[in-house]
Formats: sequence, structure tokens, C-alpha cells
Amino acid sequence: MGEIASLTVRGAHKSYGPVAALSGVDLEVPAGGVTAVLGPSGCGKTTLLRCVAGFVRLDAGEILVGERRVAGPGAHAAPERRRVAVVPQEGALFPHLSVAGNVGYGLSRAQRRSGRVDEVLALVGLAGLGDRMPHQLSGGQQQRVAVARALAPRPRLVLLDEPFNGLDAGLRVEVRRDVRAALRADGATAVLVTHDQGEALSVADQVAVMRAGRILQCAPPAQVYRSPADSWVANFVGEAVLLPAQIQDGFATTPLGTLTVPPAGPSGTALVLVRPEQLEVLPSPADGTVPATITGQDFFGHDALLALDLDGGTRVSARLFDVVSHPFEVGTRVGLRVRGPVLAYPSPRLVG
Amino acid sequence: MPLFYLAVRVVGAGADRFTGVLLTDRVAQLTGRSLALAAVVTLGCVVLGVGSAFLVTRTDLPLRRLFGVLAALPLAVPSYVAAYAWLASADLVDPTLRFEGFWAAALVLTLCSYPYVFLPVSAALVGADPAAEEVSRSLGRGGWRTFTGVTLRQVRPAVAAGGLLVALYVLSDFGAVAILRTDTFTRAVFNYFNLGIVDLALVLSTVLVAVTVLVLVGETSTRRRGARYARLGPGAGRPAGRLPLGAARIPALVGLVAVAGLALGVPGLALLRWAGAGVSRPGSLTEIAAAVGGSLWVSLLGAGLTMLLALPIGLLVARAPGPVSTVLERLSYLPHALPGVVIGLSLVFLGINVLYPLYQSVWLLALAYAVLFLPLAVGAVATAAGQAPAELEQVARSLGRRPWTVFRTVTLPLIAPGIGAGAALAFLTCMKELPATLLLRPTGMETLATRLWRHTEVVEYAAAAPYAALLVAIAAVPTWLLVSRTGVLARGGG
Repeated sequence: MGEIASLTVRGAHKSYGPVAALSGVDLEVPAGGVTAVLGPSGCGKTTLLRCVAGFVRLDAGEILVGERRVAGPGAHAAPERRRVAVVPQEGALFPHLSVAGNVGYGLSRAQRRSGRVDEVLALVGLAGLGDRMPHQLSGGQQQRVAVARALAPRPRLVLLDEPFNGLDAGLRVEVRRDVRAALRADGATAVLVTHDQGEALSVADQVAVMRAGRILQCAPPAQVYRSPADSWVANFVGEAVLLPAQIQDGFATTPLGTLTVPPAGPSGTALVLVRPEQLEVLPSPADGTVPATITGQDFFGHDALLALDLDGGTRVSARLFDVVSHPFEVGTRVGLRVRGPVLAYPSPRLVG
Repeated sequence: MPLFYLAVRVVGAGADRFTGVLLTDRVAQLTGRSLALAAVVTLGCVVLGVGSAFLVTRTDLPLRRLFGVLAALPLAVPSYVAAYAWLASADLVDPTLRFEGFWAAALVLTLCSYPYVFLPVSAALVGADPAAEEVSRSLGRGGWRTFTGVTLRQVRPAVAAGGLLVALYVLSDFGAVAILRTDTFTRAVFNYFNLGIVDLALVLSTVLVAVTVLVLVGETSTRRRGARYARLGPGAGRPAGRLPLGAARIPALVGLVAVAGLALGVPGLALLRWAGAGVSRPGSLTEIAAAVGGSLWVSLLGAGLTMLLALPIGLLVARAPGPVSTVLERLSYLPHALPGVVIGLSLVFLGINVLYPLYQSVWLLALAYAVLFLPLAVGAVATAAGQAPAELEQVARSLGRRPWTVFRTVTLPLIAPGIGAGAALAFLTCMKELPATLLLRPTGMETLATRLWRHTEVVEYAAAAPYAALLVAIAAVPTWLLVSRTGVLARGGG
């Protein structure tokens, strides 16, 4: 019964009229982990989720849950036969049922009596609230109930559609952490759809970056951040400084000086990726540094992001972790130095 | 289906005859008078309905709850009962006064049908998001400009829907115009039919259908495409603040009291005056009991059948918005504007020619009710289904439940209140229906409405009174249910 399954999507296509929502999605989700599908609004991530759940029919391609093909040419299993549970945005609890009624909805009578309802409620930190009605719960609690409801029948796969969207920042982190713990404790395979890169990086074991109906990269969070597949991913996941460069023999000539790049990368005209935390800011220009002028500062408490203009006019940003003991003023002249390895990408082709 | 029969009969009558009847002064006169009546009554209802809805929901008027109920109660007074009451009370003012004609009918119909505007508009005013009004005020617009520019526009769909119902209601009303001797299409159709000139009756019916279609099309084209009136974004709405009336309280109170007095007081007075005399007639109690039984039985049957048909259509309209469901929704408005006499007529033919076993049975009458009142029930079901998001059904299916189980355990419980409201409305209107009942009731069967009609026709006001009183009393129950659902009562207090 309770076996968890991997998810495989191959060549998935889906169009709404002339608008292509999915144009060839390939995705592998291993059993028992949390995979985040990360992308901007309108990239097709919610359509992908609805196709996996069975609410939307694919135009082409196939979907396998475990070994079983649930969607493909000539096959479309009904949602209730897929054992794929969904946690929609805003929770979508059944307003006429109590919390226990909601959580027990997908269970047989025998399962309901076996204590599974209390078990999953405890898992999401809501033990003892089974008799409440949904409207008596806070937004965060409703979201937890929605997760418990999805987990209760031990589905082969749980899909979460931007489940933390409606919650305020503090609550969000807390609910996110608890939900991940609950998913882990139950050993469920989960796919989380989100446009929040912080959420994707912190919750998931694997992040699939999606854009315009395609998966651009699917890798563990650290790898997506450290070696993004292309310059768009680099920009979308985390802060990025992309510098124009001329590359020859493993050396890139950039406005920040000559940097070493991996030999397997492109050569000639290219873009070089520097993360803001790789830029070391020295109080004054010195030998081996590139002079720059501070033009702005975003303070975040634990760190700050400096906006800087290089003398050539190129704009860069640098992250400072110790702002309190090294205050910088707008207009100050400083020196910049790049720490650690950088990556190079082919320049996006100019159009026209 | 009734339209099909209409077409068959008209074609059978021959084109020459059709145009011969159509292009006469009489038809022009009837068209003019029917449209004028509909326009005057709709205008009056919009003014009365929006005004009292605003006073009841958005101001600090004293006794708001009471006025909320009073403004809705005329729904329980059938137009022909009100007409009868005014007619039977006219001699109190001047014994020689004949209360009849165009303006008499306009007055009575306005007082009977303004709840059709009041109820949706007050519900919309209660539900409208005050944030939009606050934004408007903060952008430097004054109270009056905010009211006309934001508040009225937010409730515009409700006003339009209510006005449409009133216009259709007036075009199809038969009882009031017949009793008050105002020549409109419905009365002419009925008279021609009674005189045996069936072809003429049918031709006039087609013109009436055409007029109704024009009204429907006109209403659709005033809706701006793609406009949204619901609040955007998540979060719970807040109830709106109340406008202090100040010195305007007195005229507002006087106005509401006057409207309530005219709409409810006059019928009440007339019924009290004549009821005693009516009950004391020998043998009438058994007659009354039989009529009550007949009314309840036929109305229950009609309401049941209506809901059975309305449920799938309402769900389709709400779940699959598209050209098909729009056409379906609009089509089901059409019979509402056909006079009951036309529906009755076409079902008489249908009964004789096709469904002979049903002819002279209550089932045919129930079918007529279903055709007549389907739009009301469909609207109620569609509204309720719209409030039960499809997302919930999808979640339920993803939890491994089959579509039928999902319908039973999720959809049905959520739309049950809407079904209840639709059933109450259908029952209420079945009780009040007169012309189709007159035509289709099995021989010997009497209902409250038919008894009332027969006595009024021969100017037996006293004998008619108990039937009128009972009709109002029974119809008040579903009316109360409906009013309590709009939220006027729940939030109007305090």
C-alpha cells in the first residue's frame, strides 16, 4: 500500500490555444525526496503540476509515477486513480467538514478508525485540533491541515502548489520548516512548485529551474546556485553580477580584471558570473584591486548589498557580512577584489 | 419546447394571416403600452429598490432590520392579489372611483416587484468591499461622487439583474393587468384564446417573445465585456461603515414607511376588511381547505420538478462557462417572459397531440411550472455552485475519490443552501402562478389562485378575501427564508 514512488516526466507538451504552457518538459524526481520546481510567474510550473495530478491532459509526452504510466499517448488515468495528492494554494479545505473530516476525507472507514488522522495531525503540529472547523483556524494552521489531508492516505506522491504564498514572512519560514519535517517523517515523495528562490533553495533536496515551458536545470540547491546551467538561471537564482568578458586560454579579461575560468567553458566574447559575496571590498583602492565608487546600499540586518560603479561605468554589487564594524558611505572610493573561482557563459546572441 | 409549438402553430396559420394580424394598429398599440408599462415599472422599481437597499444597509437609519423585512415582503403578495386589494379598497376613497388603467397597473406592479431589485442590491451592498470606496475618498472624491462612481458601479450587476427580472415580470404579468383592465399583450392573448381565436392569440404571443428577446439582448449588450466586479485578491472583506443621515433621517423614514404602507398596508387592509365576510359564508371552509391542499400539492410537485431540471443546468452554467452555457442560461430566461398563458397554451396542444396520458393531470401543470420558473432555480443553483470552487472537487479527486462520491460528499453539501433557496423561490412562484394554472389544472381541481381569480372576476370581493389572505400567509414562509439568506437581516442589526 504505502510504497512511495519516483516521478518521471518525458517530453511533456501542453498548449492552451496558441499559448504553449509546457514545451517539452523532462523531469526526474527520485523517490522519497522533496523537489522544487522553481520559475517565474507564467513559466508553466502550475500547469506541469496539474498535468501530473491528472486535472489537465497532456498534448504529448508521458508521465510515470513509479513504474506506472499515468499519462501518455492514448492513456490518461483519472486523478482519483493516480494516488497523487495535491496541496493547492490557499489550502482549499472543505469548508463544511471539520479538521478531522478534512484529514480523513481520503481514508477508508477502517483507516479512519486506525488513528491515522491523529497521527498526521500530530505530524504537522496540530494534535488535538480535529474538532475545529476550517474557518476557526489561522492561515498557517489551514495550510498545515491541507498538508495533513494530502499525507493521510499515504499517497505515492504529494504535489504542493505555492503552498506558503498566503502566509506572512515569519510564519512562512516556520510552516515551511514544519511541513518539510512532516514530509520527511512520512517518507513521502514531494514536488513543490514555487516562484520564491529562497523557498526552493531552503526546502528542496533538488531544484528544477523552469522557464517558458522548459526545465533549464535540475540539480541539488547548492549546485544550482554555484554552477547555474546558463546566465538566465544564474540571474534568477540568487544575486548575480554578469560581466562582459573576452576569454582566451582559460583567462577572462573583464572590467574586474583578469580572472581564471574553467578550461571547458566558452572562449571569445562571453559573460562571466560573479556572486556578490565573491567580491571583497577594501576601504581604499590598492594594488591588485579594481577601483570603484559606492552608489547605494541595501541593508538587510545580517548583511548588506552594496551597489558600486566601476570607473569604466560597469555596475556591480557586493555583499558585506560585517556592516556594523565596516560602515560604508555612498560616494566612498573603494577597491574590489574577486575571491574564488568564477564561471563563464556564452554571450546571449544579440537579436537584430 | 413551448417555443417550438408556438412556431408550428404560427406556420400552420399561414404567412398571409400572420402579417395581416401583425401589421395592425392594434398590435402597435399593444406593443407600445406593454413596453411603456415595463419601462415605467422598471424605473420605479430601480429607484425604490436601490434607494431602500442603500438606506437599509449603509446608513444609520433606525429600525433598519424591520425595514429590511418590510421591503422584501411584497414578494409574498401576488400581483393579482395586490390588484384585487387596491380595486376592492377604492370605494373607501370615493364610491364611484374605478381603480383601473395604465397608471393603476404601473403603481400596483411597481409596489409588487421592487423587492426583485431591493434583494440583490442590498446583498451586493453588504458584500461590496469598502476598501474601494475608501480608496476613492482618499483620492479626493467626495461622498456623493464616490457613491455614484464606485458604490453604484460595484452593485451595477445586481441592479441590472434585478431590473431585468422586473421588466420580464411586467411583460409576462397577467393577473394584475387583467384585473385592472389594462390592455397589454398578455391580456389580449388570453382574451383571444377565450374567444376561440387561437391563431390570433398565438401570433400576438410571437410578438411578445420577440419583444422579450430584444429586452434580453439589450441587457446583455450593456454589460462591459471582461469587467469584474468581485473583489480581487485574498483576505476577508470588512463590512462597510454606515453613513450618518442627520437631518435627512426624517424624510428617509417617511419615505420607507410610505412605500411599505402602500405595498403591504393596502393589501392588508383590504384582506382584513373582506376576510371576515368571506369565511362566514356557508360551506366555504371545506372549499378553502380543498384549495389549500390543491395549491400545496401542485406547488410542491412543480418546485420538485423544477429543481430536478435546474440542478444539472445550474452546475453546467457555473462549472463550464462558455458559449454553450451562456446560451443555455439565456435561453432559460425566455420562458420566464412568456406569459403563463402561452406556456399553458402550448402545453395544452402538447398534451392533446403528444402526451395524451398526461393531459388533464397535475403532471402537465407541474411541467408548465418547471418551464416557467426554471430560470429562477438555475440562477440559485449556479450562484451556489460558483461559491463551491472547482478546486475543492479536484483536491477531493486527488485524494482518491470517484467523481460521484466527490459530488455527494463535497459539491452537494456546499451547494445545498443554494438548492434550498432555489426550491423556496420555485415553490413561492408556483403558489402565485395564475394563468397557466387556469388553463392546465385538471377539471375540478381548485387552488387558492384559481378560486381568487374566479371570485374577483365576478366582483365577489368578500368571497375572494380568504383565498387571498391564505395565499399571502403561505407565500410569506419561503419569502422569509429567502430574505434571511441575503444577509440584510444578519448584518443589518446593531
